[in-house]
Amino acid sequence: MKVQEFTKGLVKKNPVLVLALGLCPTLAITTRVENALGMAFSFAFVLIFSNLLISAIKGFIPKDVRIPTFIVIIASFVTIIDLFIHGYSPSLYEQLGIFLPLITVNCIILGRAEAFASKRPLGETLLDTAGMSAGFALIIVLISGIREFFGTGGIVIFGHQFLPFILSSPATGMILPPGAFLVMGILLAMLKKMGVV
Amino acid sequence: MIPGFKPLVSTSPHIKDKVSVRGIMLAVVIALIPATASGVYLFGLHALLVVVASITSAVISEFLGYKAMGKKFTMDGSAVITGLLLALCLPPTVPIWMPVVGSSFAILIGKCAFGGLGQNIFNPALVGRAFLTLSWPALMTTWVSPFDGVSTATPLGEWHAGHGYTPVENLFFGNVAGCIGETSALAILIGGIFLIAMKYVDWRTPLSYIGTVGILMWLLGEPPLFHIFAGGLFLGAFFMATDYVTSPVTKTGRVVFGVGAGLLVVMIRMYGGFPEGVCYSILIMNGFTPLIDRFTRPKVYGVMKKREGGK
Repeated sequence: MKVQEFTKGLVKKNPVLVLALGLCPTLAITTRVENALGMAFSFAFVLIFSNLLISAIKGFIPKDVRIPTFIVIIASFVTIIDLFIHGYSPSLYEQLGIFLPLITVNCIILGRAEAFASKRPLGETLLDTAGMSAGFALIIVLISGIREFFGTGGIVIFGHQFLPFILSSPATGMILPPGAFLVMGILLAMLKKMGVV
Repeated sequence: MIPGFKPLVSTSPHIKDKVSVRGIMLAVVIALIPATASGVYLFGLHALLVVVASITSAVISEFLGYKAMGKKFTMDGSAVITGLLLALCLPPTVPIWMPVVGSSFAILIGKCAFGGLGQNIFNPALVGRAFLTLSWPALMTTWVSPFDGVSTATPLGEWHAGHGYTPVENLFFGNVAGCIGETSALAILIGGIFLIAMKYVDWRTPLSYIGTVGILMWLLGEPPLFHIFAGGLFLGAFFMATDYVTSPVTKTGRVVFGVGAGLLVVMIRMYGGFPEGVCYSILIMNGFTPLIDRFTRPKVYGVMKKREGGK
Protein backbone atom coordinates (compact mmCIF):
# COMPACT_ATOMS: atom_id res chain seq x y z
CA MET A 1 0.00 0.00 0.00
CA LYS A 2 1.51 3.24 -1.10
CA VAL A 3 0.71 6.88 -0.47
CA GLN A 4 1.25 7.56 -4.19
CA GLU A 5 -2.06 5.83 -4.87
CA PHE A 6 -3.68 8.76 -3.11
CA THR A 7 -1.50 11.66 -4.24
CA LYS A 8 -1.48 10.72 -7.93
CA GLY A 9 -5.14 11.71 -8.19
CA LEU A 10 -4.46 15.25 -7.02
CA VAL A 11 -2.24 16.53 -9.82
CA LYS A 12 -0.26 13.93 -11.73
CA LYS A 13 -3.23 11.83 -12.80
CA ASN A 14 -5.92 14.35 -12.02
CA PRO A 15 -9.13 12.90 -13.49
CA VAL A 16 -10.21 16.19 -15.09
CA LEU A 17 -6.95 17.90 -15.99
CA VAL A 18 -4.88 14.96 -17.18
CA LEU A 19 -7.25 12.13 -17.95
CA ALA A 20 -9.89 14.60 -19.26
CA LEU A 21 -12.70 12.48 -17.85
CA GLY A 22 -15.93 13.59 -16.21
CA LEU A 23 -16.12 16.78 -18.22
CA CYS A 24 -19.94 16.93 -18.26
CA PRO A 25 -20.34 17.72 -14.56
CA THR A 26 -17.15 19.79 -14.62
CA LEU A 27 -18.56 22.07 -17.27
CA ALA A 28 -22.22 21.97 -16.33
CA ILE A 29 -22.49 22.41 -12.57
CA THR A 30 -19.55 24.73 -11.90
CA THR A 31 -21.72 27.84 -12.01
CA ARG A 32 -21.58 28.23 -8.22
CA VAL A 33 -19.12 27.06 -5.59
CA GLU A 34 -21.91 25.51 -3.51
CA ASN A 35 -23.05 23.42 -6.48
CA ALA A 36 -19.48 22.26 -6.98
CA LEU A 37 -19.16 21.33 -3.31
CA GLY A 38 -22.43 19.41 -3.47
CA MET A 39 -21.32 17.62 -6.62
CA ALA A 40 -17.86 16.88 -5.18
CA PHE A 41 -19.44 15.37 -2.08
CA SER A 42 -21.95 13.23 -4.00
CA PHE A 43 -19.28 12.18 -6.45
CA ALA A 44 -16.84 11.17 -3.70
CA PHE A 45 -19.54 9.18 -1.92
CA VAL A 46 -20.49 7.24 -5.04
CA LEU A 47 -16.92 6.75 -6.26
CA ILE A 48 -15.47 5.52 -2.97
CA PHE A 49 -18.30 3.24 -1.89
CA SER A 50 -19.11 1.74 -5.28
CA ASN A 51 -15.46 1.01 -6.01
CA LEU A 52 -14.89 -0.46 -2.56
CA LEU A 53 -17.83 -2.80 -3.13
CA ILE A 54 -16.55 -3.69 -6.60
CA SER A 55 -13.10 -4.37 -5.18
CA ALA A 56 -14.59 -6.53 -2.42
CA ILE A 57 -16.67 -8.73 -4.73
CA LYS A 58 -14.35 -8.68 -7.75
CA GLY A 59 -13.82 -12.43 -7.43
CA PHE A 60 -17.51 -13.13 -7.95
CA ILE A 61 -18.12 -10.92 -11.00
CA PRO A 62 -18.03 -12.89 -14.27
CA LYS A 63 -15.76 -11.15 -16.74
CA ASP A 64 -18.38 -11.01 -19.50
CA VAL A 65 -20.93 -9.04 -17.50
CA ARG A 66 -18.57 -6.90 -15.46
CA ILE A 67 -19.62 -3.56 -17.00
CA PRO A 68 -23.37 -4.07 -16.32
CA THR A 69 -22.48 -5.21 -12.81
CA PHE A 70 -20.40 -2.06 -12.21
CA ILE A 71 -23.23 0.08 -13.49
CA VAL A 72 -25.78 -1.61 -11.22
CA ILE A 73 -23.53 -1.08 -8.19
CA ILE A 74 -22.78 2.53 -9.10
CA ALA A 75 -26.46 3.25 -9.82
CA SER A 76 -27.42 1.90 -6.39
CA PHE A 77 -25.11 4.35 -4.66
CA VAL A 78 -26.29 7.17 -6.91
CA THR A 79 -29.87 6.40 -5.86
CA ILE A 80 -28.83 6.59 -2.20
CA ILE A 81 -27.14 9.98 -2.59
CA ASP A 82 -29.95 11.23 -4.85
CA LEU A 83 -32.61 10.48 -2.22
CA PHE A 84 -30.35 11.82 0.53
CA ILE A 85 -29.80 15.20 -1.12
CA HIS A 86 -33.44 15.40 -2.20
CA GLY A 87 -34.46 14.90 1.41
CA TYR A 88 -31.96 17.12 3.19
CA SER A 89 -31.18 19.89 0.72
CA PRO A 90 -33.95 20.39 -1.84
CA SER A 91 -32.39 23.62 -3.12
CA LEU A 92 -29.09 21.91 -3.90
CA TYR A 93 -31.06 19.05 -5.46
CA GLU A 94 -32.78 21.59 -7.68
CA GLN A 95 -29.46 23.16 -8.67
CA LEU A 96 -27.69 19.92 -9.54
CA GLY A 97 -30.74 18.71 -11.45
CA ILE A 98 -30.08 15.97 -13.97
CA PHE A 99 -26.36 15.89 -13.22
CA LEU A 100 -26.94 14.12 -9.93
CA PRO A 101 -28.48 10.96 -11.49
CA LEU A 102 -25.98 11.30 -14.31
CA ILE A 103 -23.15 10.49 -11.89
CA THR A 104 -24.11 6.91 -12.77
CA VAL A 105 -22.53 7.24 -16.17
CA ASN A 106 -19.64 9.44 -15.03
CA CYS A 107 -16.64 8.03 -16.82
CA ILE A 108 -14.26 8.65 -13.90
CA ILE A 109 -16.21 6.22 -11.72
CA LEU A 110 -16.56 3.54 -14.37
CA GLY A 111 -12.97 4.16 -15.43
CA ARG A 112 -11.61 3.64 -11.93
CA ALA A 113 -13.80 0.56 -11.46
CA GLU A 114 -12.56 -0.98 -14.69
CA ALA A 115 -8.92 0.09 -14.46
CA PHE A 116 -8.29 -0.07 -10.74
CA ALA A 117 -10.90 -1.40 -8.32
CA SER A 118 -11.63 -4.61 -10.23
CA LYS A 119 -7.95 -5.59 -10.03
CA ARG A 120 -6.63 -4.22 -6.74
CA PRO A 121 -7.23 -4.95 -3.04
CA LEU A 122 -9.52 -2.89 -0.83
CA GLY A 123 -6.89 -0.67 0.80
CA GLU A 124 -5.36 0.50 -2.45
CA THR A 125 -8.83 1.07 -3.92
CA LEU A 126 -9.72 3.26 -0.97
CA LEU A 127 -6.59 5.39 -1.44
CA ASP A 128 -7.05 5.58 -5.20
CA THR A 129 -10.71 6.60 -5.12
CA ALA A 130 -10.11 9.08 -2.28
CA GLY A 131 -7.32 10.68 -4.30
CA MET A 132 -9.44 10.83 -7.43
CA SER A 133 -12.33 12.34 -5.48
CA ALA A 134 -10.03 14.95 -3.97
CA GLY A 135 -8.56 15.78 -7.37
CA PHE A 136 -12.01 16.11 -8.92
CA ALA A 137 -13.22 18.27 -6.02
CA LEU A 138 -10.14 20.48 -6.26
CA ILE A 139 -10.70 21.24 -9.92
CA ILE A 140 -14.45 21.76 -9.91
CA VAL A 141 -14.26 24.00 -6.83
CA LEU A 142 -11.48 26.01 -8.47
CA ILE A 143 -13.37 26.37 -11.76
CA SER A 144 -16.63 27.21 -10.03
CA GLY A 145 -14.85 29.75 -7.83
CA ILE A 146 -13.44 31.55 -10.86
CA ARG A 147 -16.77 31.40 -12.69
CA GLU A 148 -18.88 32.53 -9.75
CA PHE A 149 -16.54 35.37 -8.91
CA PHE A 150 -16.34 36.79 -12.42
CA GLY A 151 -19.92 35.91 -13.30
CA THR A 152 -21.69 37.31 -10.25
CA GLY A 153 -19.07 39.61 -8.73
CA GLY A 154 -18.60 37.72 -5.46
CA ILE A 155 -18.81 34.27 -3.93
CA VAL A 156 -21.64 33.12 -1.66
CA ILE A 157 -21.42 29.62 -0.16
CA PHE A 158 -24.59 28.28 1.52
CA GLY A 159 -25.69 31.76 2.53
CA HIS A 160 -22.30 32.93 3.78
CA GLN A 161 -20.60 35.76 1.94
CA PHE A 162 -17.27 34.10 1.26
CA LEU A 163 -16.02 36.89 -1.00
CA PRO A 164 -17.78 40.29 -1.03
CA PHE A 165 -19.32 41.56 -4.25
CA ILE A 166 -16.42 43.65 -5.52
CA LEU A 167 -17.07 43.56 -9.26
CA SER A 168 -19.56 46.24 -10.20
CA SER A 169 -20.37 44.84 -13.64
CA PRO A 170 -19.83 41.08 -13.49
CA ALA A 171 -19.38 39.18 -16.74
CA THR A 172 -22.64 37.22 -16.77
CA GLY A 173 -21.30 35.09 -19.61
CA MET A 174 -18.95 33.36 -17.18
CA ILE A 175 -21.84 31.49 -15.53
CA LEU A 176 -23.23 30.52 -18.93
CA PRO A 177 -21.98 27.38 -20.72
CA PRO A 178 -19.33 29.18 -22.86
CA GLY A 179 -17.76 30.54 -19.67
CA ALA A 180 -17.17 26.97 -18.50
CA PHE A 181 -15.25 26.07 -21.66
CA LEU A 182 -13.26 29.30 -21.48
CA VAL A 183 -12.22 28.87 -17.84
CA MET A 184 -11.44 25.19 -18.33
CA GLY A 185 -9.39 25.87 -21.46
CA ILE A 186 -7.44 28.78 -20.02
CA LEU A 187 -6.79 26.86 -16.80
CA LEU A 188 -5.51 23.81 -18.71
CA ALA A 189 -3.32 25.96 -20.97
CA MET A 190 -1.81 27.80 -18.03
CA LEU A 191 -1.12 24.64 -16.05
CA LYS A 192 0.43 23.03 -19.14
CA LYS A 193 2.58 26.09 -19.75
CA MET A 194 3.76 26.07 -16.14
CA GLY A 195 4.53 22.36 -16.42
CA VAL A 196 2.17 21.32 -13.63
CA VAL A 197 0.29 18.74 -15.67
CA MET B 1 36.26 31.49 -58.78
CA ILE B 2 36.30 35.25 -58.72
CA PRO B 3 38.00 36.54 -55.59
CA GLY B 4 35.62 38.23 -53.20
CA PHE B 5 32.54 36.72 -54.85
CA LYS B 6 30.32 34.92 -52.44
CA PRO B 7 27.49 33.11 -54.19
CA LEU B 8 24.27 33.48 -52.26
CA VAL B 9 22.48 30.17 -52.07
CA SER B 10 19.02 30.11 -50.62
CA THR B 11 15.72 28.34 -51.05
CA SER B 12 12.75 29.93 -52.78
CA PRO B 13 11.13 32.46 -52.88
CA HIS B 14 13.75 34.29 -54.89
CA ILE B 15 11.60 37.17 -56.07
CA LYS B 16 10.85 39.54 -53.26
CA ASP B 17 8.36 42.36 -53.18
CA LYS B 18 8.66 45.57 -51.22
CA VAL B 19 5.34 44.80 -49.54
CA SER B 20 5.89 43.97 -45.89
CA VAL B 21 3.53 42.99 -43.09
CA ARG B 22 4.06 46.44 -41.71
CA GLY B 23 3.20 48.07 -45.04
CA ILE B 24 -0.04 46.12 -45.38
CA MET B 25 -1.05 46.90 -41.82
CA LEU B 26 -0.35 50.58 -42.40
CA ALA B 27 -2.55 50.51 -45.52
CA VAL B 28 -5.37 48.88 -43.56
CA VAL B 29 -5.10 51.48 -40.83
CA ILE B 30 -5.26 54.24 -43.47
CA ALA B 31 -8.26 52.53 -45.03
CA LEU B 32 -10.00 52.49 -41.66
CA ILE B 33 -9.50 56.23 -41.06
CA PRO B 34 -12.74 57.30 -42.84
CA ALA B 35 -14.82 54.83 -40.81
CA THR B 36 -13.13 55.88 -37.55
CA ALA B 37 -13.52 59.57 -38.38
CA SER B 38 -17.20 59.15 -39.20
CA GLY B 39 -17.71 57.27 -35.93
CA VAL B 40 -16.05 60.05 -33.90
CA TYR B 41 -18.00 62.70 -35.86
CA LEU B 42 -21.32 60.92 -35.27
CA PHE B 43 -20.90 59.74 -31.69
CA GLY B 44 -18.56 62.29 -30.14
CA LEU B 45 -15.25 62.20 -28.33
CA HIS B 46 -16.13 59.22 -26.17
CA ALA B 47 -15.94 57.11 -29.33
CA LEU B 48 -12.39 58.39 -29.92
CA LEU B 49 -11.51 57.48 -26.35
CA VAL B 50 -12.82 53.94 -26.91
CA VAL B 51 -10.68 53.63 -30.04
CA VAL B 52 -7.54 54.90 -28.30
CA ALA B 53 -8.09 52.68 -25.25
CA SER B 54 -8.66 49.63 -27.43
CA ILE B 55 -5.54 50.15 -29.57
CA THR B 56 -3.31 50.92 -26.58
CA SER B 57 -4.52 47.89 -24.70
CA ALA B 58 -4.08 45.66 -27.77
CA VAL B 59 -0.47 46.73 -28.31
CA ILE B 60 0.43 46.36 -24.62
CA SER B 61 -1.28 42.93 -24.50
CA GLU B 62 0.64 41.79 -27.55
CA PHE B 63 3.91 42.93 -25.98
CA LEU B 64 3.13 41.06 -22.75
CA GLY B 65 1.77 38.04 -24.61
CA TYR B 66 4.88 37.65 -26.76
CA LYS B 67 7.02 38.14 -23.69
CA ALA B 68 5.14 35.35 -21.90
CA MET B 69 5.51 33.09 -24.94
CA GLY B 70 9.23 33.80 -25.07
CA LYS B 71 8.96 35.25 -28.59
CA LYS B 72 10.45 38.43 -29.93
CA PHE B 73 7.94 41.25 -30.08
CA THR B 74 7.90 43.18 -33.34
CA MET B 75 5.81 46.25 -33.78
CA ASP B 76 4.24 44.99 -37.02
CA GLY B 77 1.00 46.88 -36.52
CA SER B 78 -1.27 43.85 -36.50
CA ALA B 79 -2.21 44.53 -32.88
CA VAL B 80 -3.10 48.11 -33.83
CA ILE B 81 -5.55 46.77 -36.42
CA THR B 82 -7.05 44.27 -34.02
CA GLY B 83 -7.56 47.02 -31.45
CA LEU B 84 -8.96 49.43 -34.00
CA LEU B 85 -11.35 46.90 -35.55
CA LEU B 86 -12.57 45.82 -32.14
CA ALA B 87 -13.27 49.43 -31.14
CA LEU B 88 -15.11 50.03 -34.42
CA CYS B 89 -17.51 47.17 -33.72
CA LEU B 90 -18.35 48.27 -30.18
CA PRO B 91 -21.35 50.41 -29.25
CA PRO B 92 -20.33 54.05 -28.71
CA THR B 93 -21.66 54.03 -25.15
CA VAL B 94 -19.41 51.33 -23.65
CA PRO B 95 -17.44 52.20 -20.52
CA ILE B 96 -13.72 52.61 -21.17
CA TRP B 97 -12.71 49.39 -19.39
CA MET B 98 -14.64 47.32 -21.93
CA PRO B 99 -12.42 47.92 -24.97
CA VAL B 100 -9.44 47.37 -22.67
CA VAL B 101 -10.74 43.98 -21.51
CA GLY B 102 -11.92 43.07 -25.01
CA SER B 103 -8.60 43.88 -26.69
CA SER B 104 -6.57 42.04 -24.08
CA PHE B 105 -8.78 38.99 -24.52
CA ALA B 106 -8.63 39.29 -28.31
CA ILE B 107 -4.84 39.45 -28.34
CA LEU B 108 -3.96 37.11 -25.48
CA ILE B 109 -6.55 34.38 -26.05
CA GLY B 110 -7.53 34.99 -29.67
CA LYS B 111 -3.99 35.37 -30.98
CA CYS B 112 -1.07 34.72 -28.62
CA ALA B 113 -2.55 31.50 -27.21
CA PHE B 114 -2.56 30.11 -30.76
CA GLY B 115 1.06 31.12 -31.35
CA GLY B 116 0.98 34.72 -32.51
CA LEU B 117 0.62 36.42 -35.87
CA GLY B 118 -0.31 34.01 -38.64
CA GLN B 119 -1.25 31.14 -36.32
CA ASN B 120 -4.66 32.16 -35.05
CA ILE B 121 -7.72 30.35 -36.42
CA PHE B 122 -10.24 33.03 -35.59
CA ASN B 123 -10.18 36.74 -36.29
CA PRO B 124 -8.89 38.21 -32.99
CA ALA B 125 -11.02 41.37 -33.13
CA LEU B 126 -14.17 39.30 -33.53
CA VAL B 127 -13.06 36.92 -30.78
CA GLY B 128 -12.82 39.98 -28.53
CA ARG B 129 -16.22 41.21 -29.61
CA ALA B 130 -17.84 37.79 -29.16
CA PHE B 131 -16.33 37.57 -25.66
CA LEU B 132 -17.65 41.02 -24.71
CA THR B 133 -21.11 40.22 -26.12
CA LEU B 134 -21.18 36.99 -24.16
CA SER B 135 -19.95 38.53 -20.93
CA TRP B 136 -21.80 41.84 -20.84
CA PRO B 137 -24.81 41.43 -23.12
CA ALA B 138 -26.65 44.46 -21.71
CA LEU B 139 -23.74 46.88 -22.17
CA MET B 140 -23.08 45.55 -25.65
CA THR B 141 -26.61 46.27 -26.84
CA THR B 142 -27.05 49.81 -25.53
CA TRP B 143 -27.36 52.04 -28.57
CA VAL B 144 -27.66 55.79 -28.98
CA SER B 145 -28.65 57.89 -31.95
CA PRO B 146 -25.85 60.01 -33.50
CA PHE B 147 -25.19 63.62 -32.43
CA ASP B 148 -27.76 63.87 -29.62
CA GLY B 149 -26.99 60.60 -27.84
CA VAL B 150 -30.62 59.65 -27.16
CA SER B 151 -30.90 55.94 -26.51
CA THR B 152 -32.58 54.09 -29.33
CA ALA B 153 -32.37 50.84 -31.30
CA THR B 154 -30.23 50.00 -34.32
CA PRO B 155 -31.93 49.83 -37.74
CA LEU B 156 -31.71 46.03 -37.63
CA GLY B 157 -33.03 46.02 -34.06
CA GLU B 158 -36.03 48.11 -35.17
CA TRP B 159 -36.58 45.77 -38.11
CA HIS B 160 -36.28 42.68 -35.90
CA ALA B 161 -38.89 44.14 -33.56
CA GLY B 162 -41.19 44.70 -36.53
CA HIS B 163 -40.91 48.50 -36.62
CA GLY B 164 -40.19 48.82 -40.32
CA TYR B 165 -37.18 49.79 -42.37
CA THR B 166 -34.80 52.72 -41.93
CA PRO B 167 -34.38 54.75 -45.17
CA VAL B 168 -31.40 53.53 -47.17
CA GLU B 169 -29.83 57.00 -47.53
CA ASN B 170 -29.56 57.29 -43.72
CA LEU B 171 -27.83 53.90 -43.64
CA PHE B 172 -25.51 54.89 -46.46
CA PHE B 173 -24.29 58.09 -44.81
CA GLY B 174 -24.36 56.62 -41.30
CA ASN B 175 -26.95 58.82 -39.61
CA VAL B 176 -28.27 55.86 -37.59
CA ALA B 177 -27.60 54.12 -34.29
CA GLY B 178 -25.00 51.36 -34.29
CA CYS B 179 -21.42 50.46 -33.52
CA ILE B 180 -18.78 53.18 -33.73
CA GLY B 181 -17.42 52.27 -37.13
CA GLU B 182 -20.22 50.33 -38.79
CA THR B 183 -22.93 52.92 -39.36
CA SER B 184 -21.60 54.75 -42.41
CA ALA B 185 -21.47 52.44 -45.41
CA LEU B 186 -19.94 55.27 -47.46
CA ALA B 187 -16.92 55.70 -45.15
CA ILE B 188 -16.24 51.95 -45.12
CA LEU B 189 -16.66 51.76 -48.88
CA ILE B 190 -14.00 54.47 -49.37
CA GLY B 191 -11.51 52.50 -47.28
CA GLY B 192 -12.51 49.19 -48.83
CA ILE B 193 -12.13 50.40 -52.40
CA PHE B 194 -8.73 51.88 -51.49
CA LEU B 195 -7.58 48.46 -50.22
CA ILE B 196 -8.93 46.67 -53.30
CA ALA B 197 -7.35 49.24 -55.65
CA MET B 198 -4.01 48.84 -53.89
CA LYS B 199 -4.46 45.05 -54.32
CA TYR B 200 -4.12 44.42 -50.60
CA VAL B 201 -7.55 42.84 -50.49
CA ASP B 202 -9.20 40.47 -52.94
CA TRP B 203 -12.50 41.84 -54.27
CA ARG B 204 -13.96 38.33 -54.33
CA THR B 205 -14.60 38.00 -50.61
CA PRO B 206 -16.53 41.26 -50.04
CA LEU B 207 -18.43 40.95 -53.32
CA SER B 208 -19.53 37.35 -52.78
CA TYR B 209 -20.34 38.06 -49.11
CA ILE B 210 -22.41 41.20 -49.70
CA GLY B 211 -23.85 39.79 -52.93
CA THR B 212 -25.07 36.62 -51.22
CA VAL B 213 -26.82 38.61 -48.50
CA GLY B 214 -28.42 40.93 -51.08
CA ILE B 215 -29.62 38.19 -53.41
CA LEU B 216 -30.92 35.89 -50.67
CA MET B 217 -32.74 38.73 -48.94
CA TRP B 218 -34.29 39.72 -52.26
CA LEU B 219 -35.40 36.13 -52.83
CA LEU B 220 -36.89 36.06 -49.33
CA GLY B 221 -38.92 39.18 -50.10
CA GLU B 222 -36.88 41.58 -47.93
CA PRO B 223 -35.50 44.87 -49.30
CA PRO B 224 -31.95 43.88 -50.31
CA LEU B 225 -30.45 47.37 -50.08
CA PHE B 226 -31.61 47.79 -46.50
CA HIS B 227 -30.00 44.51 -45.47
CA ILE B 228 -26.78 45.30 -47.28
CA PHE B 229 -26.28 48.73 -45.75
CA ALA B 230 -27.70 48.03 -42.27
CA GLY B 231 -25.59 46.62 -39.47
CA GLY B 232 -21.97 45.60 -39.70
CA LEU B 233 -22.03 43.83 -43.06
CA PHE B 234 -19.81 46.35 -44.87
CA LEU B 235 -17.26 46.57 -42.05
CA GLY B 236 -17.21 42.80 -41.76
CA ALA B 237 -17.04 42.13 -45.50
CA PHE B 238 -14.24 44.56 -46.29
CA PHE B 239 -12.09 44.43 -43.18
CA MET B 240 -12.79 41.25 -41.21
CA ALA B 241 -13.71 38.56 -43.74
CA THR B 242 -10.62 39.54 -45.74
CA ASP B 243 -8.15 39.04 -42.88
CA TYR B 244 -5.11 37.30 -44.38
CA VAL B 245 -4.62 34.88 -41.53
CA THR B 246 -8.13 33.60 -41.00
CA SER B 247 -9.62 33.51 -44.51
CA PRO B 248 -8.87 31.15 -47.43
CA VAL B 249 -5.88 31.77 -49.69
CA THR B 250 -7.33 30.39 -52.92
CA LYS B 251 -9.55 32.47 -55.21
CA THR B 252 -12.36 29.90 -55.27
CA GLY B 253 -11.98 29.48 -51.54
CA ARG B 254 -12.55 33.17 -50.98
CA VAL B 255 -15.81 33.03 -52.93
CA VAL B 256 -16.91 29.98 -50.93
CA PHE B 257 -16.02 31.83 -47.73
CA GLY B 258 -18.03 34.89 -48.78
CA VAL B 259 -21.08 32.89 -49.88
CA GLY B 260 -21.01 30.82 -46.68
CA ALA B 261 -20.72 33.88 -44.45
CA GLY B 262 -23.51 35.60 -46.38
CA LEU B 263 -25.75 32.57 -45.99
CA LEU B 264 -25.11 32.54 -42.23
CA VAL B 265 -25.90 36.27 -41.93
CA VAL B 266 -29.23 35.76 -43.72
CA MET B 267 -30.05 32.76 -41.55
CA ILE B 268 -29.23 34.56 -38.30
CA ARG B 269 -31.08 37.75 -39.28
CA MET B 270 -34.17 36.01 -40.63
CA TYR B 271 -34.53 32.99 -38.36
CA GLY B 272 -32.20 33.56 -35.41
CA GLY B 273 -32.71 35.26 -32.08
CA PHE B 274 -30.28 38.10 -32.80
CA PRO B 275 -31.04 40.92 -35.21
CA GLU B 276 -27.44 40.89 -36.49
CA GLY B 277 -25.12 38.00 -37.34
CA VAL B 278 -22.05 39.37 -39.12
CA CYS B 279 -19.69 38.74 -36.19
CA TYR B 280 -20.72 35.11 -35.73
CA SER B 281 -20.96 34.40 -39.47
CA ILE B 282 -17.31 35.36 -39.98
CA LEU B 283 -16.17 33.48 -36.86
CA ILE B 284 -17.98 30.33 -37.99
CA MET B 285 -16.53 30.58 -41.50
CA ASN B 286 -13.07 31.13 -39.97
CA GLY B 287 -13.46 27.68 -38.50
CA PHE B 288 -14.14 26.29 -42.00
CA THR B 289 -11.17 28.07 -43.60
CA PRO B 290 -8.68 25.17 -43.40
CA LEU B 291 -11.28 22.85 -44.92
CA ILE B 292 -12.11 25.31 -47.72
CA ASP B 293 -8.42 25.73 -48.52
CA ARG B 294 -8.01 21.99 -48.65
CA PHE B 295 -10.84 21.44 -51.10
CA THR B 296 -10.04 24.37 -53.39
CA ARG B 297 -6.36 23.62 -53.80
CA PRO B 298 -5.37 24.68 -57.32
CA LYS B 299 -4.10 22.11 -59.82
CA VAL B 300 -0.35 21.72 -59.80
CA TYR B 301 1.10 22.83 -63.15
CA GLY B 302 2.11 19.90 -65.36
CA VAL B 303 0.45 17.22 -63.27
CA MET B 304 -2.41 15.35 -64.90
CA LYS B 305 -5.38 14.23 -62.92
CA LYS B 306 -5.50 10.46 -62.59
CA ARG B 307 -8.33 8.91 -64.52
CA GLU B 308 -10.93 7.18 -62.39
CA GLY B 309 -10.52 3.42 -62.68
CA GLY B 310 -7.87 3.78 -65.37
CA LYS B 311 -4.55 2.03 -65.46
